[in-house]
Amino acid sequence: MIAEAGLAALWLAAALAALQLALAAIGLRRGEAPVLATVRPVALVQGGLVALAMLALILVFQASDMSVKLVAENSHSAKPWIYKVAGAWGNHEGSMLLWVTILGLAGGAVAWFEKTLAERTLIATLGAQAAIALGFYAFLLFASNPFARLNPAAVDGAGLNPLLQDPGLAFHPPTLYAGYVGLSVAFSFAVGALVTRDVGREFARAMRPWVLSAWIFLTLGITAGSYWAYYELGWGGWWFWDPVENASLMPWLAATALLHSVTVLATRDGLRAWTVMLAVVAFSMSMLGTFLVRSGILTSVHAFAVDPRRGAFILVLLALYIGGALALFAARVGTVRQGTTFDPVSREGGLVANNLLLSVILGIVLIGTLYPIVAAGFDVQLSVGPPFFNKAAGPLALILIVVMAVGPLVRWRRDDAQALVVRAVWPIGVTAFAFAALVVFAMPIGVLPLLGLSLAAGLAVASVAPLWGRDLRRTPLFTWGMVVAHLGIAISLAGIACDSAFTVERLIALRGGDSTRVGPYKVTLDGISPVVADNWSALQARLSVERDGDVTRLYPQSRTFSDPPTTTSESAIMTVPDGQLYTVLGQPDGTGRWQMRLWWKPFVTLIWAGGVLVAMGGALSLVGRLRKRRPRREAWT
Amino acid sequence: MKAKHQRLTLILLALGAVAVSAVLALSGLRDQAAFFYAPSDVAAQGLPLGRAVRLGGMVEAGSVKRAADGVTVHFVVTDGKATTPVTYAGIVPDLFREKSGVVAEGQFQRDGSFVAGNLLAKHDEKYMPPELAGKMHETKTLEQ
Repeated sequence: MIAEAGLAALWLAAALAALQLALAAIGLRRGEAPVLATVRPVALVQGGLVALAMLALILVFQASDMSVKLVAENSHSAKPWIYKVAGAWGNHEGSMLLWVTILGLAGGAVAWFEKTLAERTLIATLGAQAAIALGFYAFLLFASNPFARLNPAAVDGAGLNPLLQDPGLAFHPPTLYAGYVGLSVAFSFAVGALVTRDVGREFARAMRPWVLSAWIFLTLGITAGSYWAYYELGWGGWWFWDPVENASLMPWLAATALLHSVTVLATRDGLRAWTVMLAVVAFSMSMLGTFLVRSGILTSVHAFAVDPRRGAFILVLLALYIGGALALFAARVGTVRQGTTFDPVSREGGLVANNLLLSVILGIVLIGTLYPIVAAGFDVQLSVGPPFFNKAAGPLALILIVVMAVGPLVRWRRDDAQALVVRAVWPIGVTAFAFAALVVFAMPIGVLPLLGLSLAAGLAVASVAPLWGRDLRRTPLFTWGMVVAHLGIAISLAGIACDSAFTVERLIALRGGDSTRVGPYKVTLDGISPVVADNWSALQARLSVERDGDVTRLYPQSRTFSDPPTTTSESAIMTVPDGQLYTVLGQPDGTGRWQMRLWWKPFVTLIWAGGVLVAMGGALSLVGRLRKRRPRREAWT
Repeated sequence: MKAKHQRLTLILLALGAVAVSAVLALSGLRDQAAFFYAPSDVAAQGLPLGRAVRLGGMVEAGSVKRAADGVTVHFVVTDGKATTPVTYAGIVPDLFREKSGVVAEGQFQRDGSFVAGNLLAKHDEKYMPPELAGKMHETKTLEQ
């Protein structure tokens, strides 16, 4: 019953999306106010209905209703409650429904909250949002129905991939999707503004909070996903340049560029066409990522099912939306008036450099990610991994860090290069000092980590420089936001460089009672014992780790799940102020010894702390922008 | 600078950026892409020395042997037509089994053996790396 209600809600939402698109088109063409006035409510109801469909799916999963095909194939009655709920999106159909739910809710949010954008542009925006939703509703209803019944009902389910049975499943996908799909709003804004020929400062000011919100979620989602992969996979790495990771990084790079160019447009009325283009590109990257992950052409823990029909369906949608938006852009770009000009040495110039570098990095990641797929089309099988991405994108990222340090110190419109060097003397000095200190005390370390750590120190100083000599209480929140976000990048960069420069790894077979050293720790294997839980049993190592006389115990496990029958390694990680000790239990070697893989990772936690700080910076900016907008609106009414 | 000139400069810069990323990426890919080999490809094409590649096939029955240090594993990968001996130091994936699919990442040695830095085994009963599925299928049709 609940499944049927969910399916009905989904069909109704799809019908409303069609209505929303038609009303927006008719209203804009005829300019009839009564027609235009209906679009907002329709968008709201559509968002509500698709949210109901998602809720219905969560309910059937929670009730372990094995007569629903999706539940029978992906859940199990013995699973802990939280994984039943989160398991609703731990499969292809459910995750697509979550995708569309966020799309619908984003459209609803625009209809409800957006009060500053010109009304006609807003209606066009909602029309574009409905057009996107329509395609993905069709995909769900015709190629990925999450509510299909199974007759007769299964006795019990096949279970959820154990790698997904982790609290991370409750947090990472919804957050990442909120960012990923939230970018659809930027796309629709761009399309809307092209339709009504309304690209300008007001448009940029209205779009900025939406881009910022999506970007905050995307940043958090990527950070959470990185930490999840780090502790769950047991490989000790935090980023693998896996195509699926790249699929989330590419929209982030585009959204970061957009966030900076939209500031130029809002503040100085420059970079009009470029900003519109970036808004289109950002969500195009989200859709491309969806295609890569959901089409089954990639093999990963994220790719749930292989069905070529689905891949073709998403590819058609992709071509339709991206092609349509680009065609509209090409047709209308001539009508986008030239913005104001600026000097090369200016804040705008710095932001252009930021945008160019981000675009080049995006291009490299895109080509590296698509290359194996294109090659497979020519019957050549290959993979592109960390060696390529680190070498091709790493140096550019470091140049971007330099631009990022200097940019906020430059004045808008035009600045004096010599005066700028004087302003940047502290960051430059700190970078040079850090570089010298590392060369003297920490060699040998690689070139990239060396430069990374030096620049991280310089960037940390440079990022707080905009606060110098200001009354901190009167400094606007969005300036604080920029400072915090840039500082977060510096901290993250320091963590990345420390991890790659100073990590100590030890791979060893230990007998009960044996000890080994890794970094500052002495690790002793006290013994191995079995542990049992609801839906898994495990072998658990009892480790004593000792540093300066302090002893702590760690319990890495090798878990065996029954439904589906799978073994996973559960690493045990100890976090201390100066790093993490990461322990993994391997297999017995047949002579009474157990394989252990141990890492000492100095300051590795800075990577994710930095990521959280970046998102917090975004949140500060968002609050600052919204607060600044409010008094003006009150003055109007 | 005139408005028109500035717009032109920006467009050229953007096109330049696209070109730079394409050149950087494609030149990097020439050196860094890891090609996929099955044991019989090596017999046909010669040893790809000095570059990272992927080797895929089935773990031959009875071939897995552990070295005395407890962490090094020797095994033989087969695609039904040819075999390659592989050495790997590390914790093998949970689903690494004899007579089961595996993809090894690493380098060929001069003697035709393979030293792996990483092993990818199938995640669960349903999963097989696509490149492996393709290769195995190919071999099967040839045998028929």
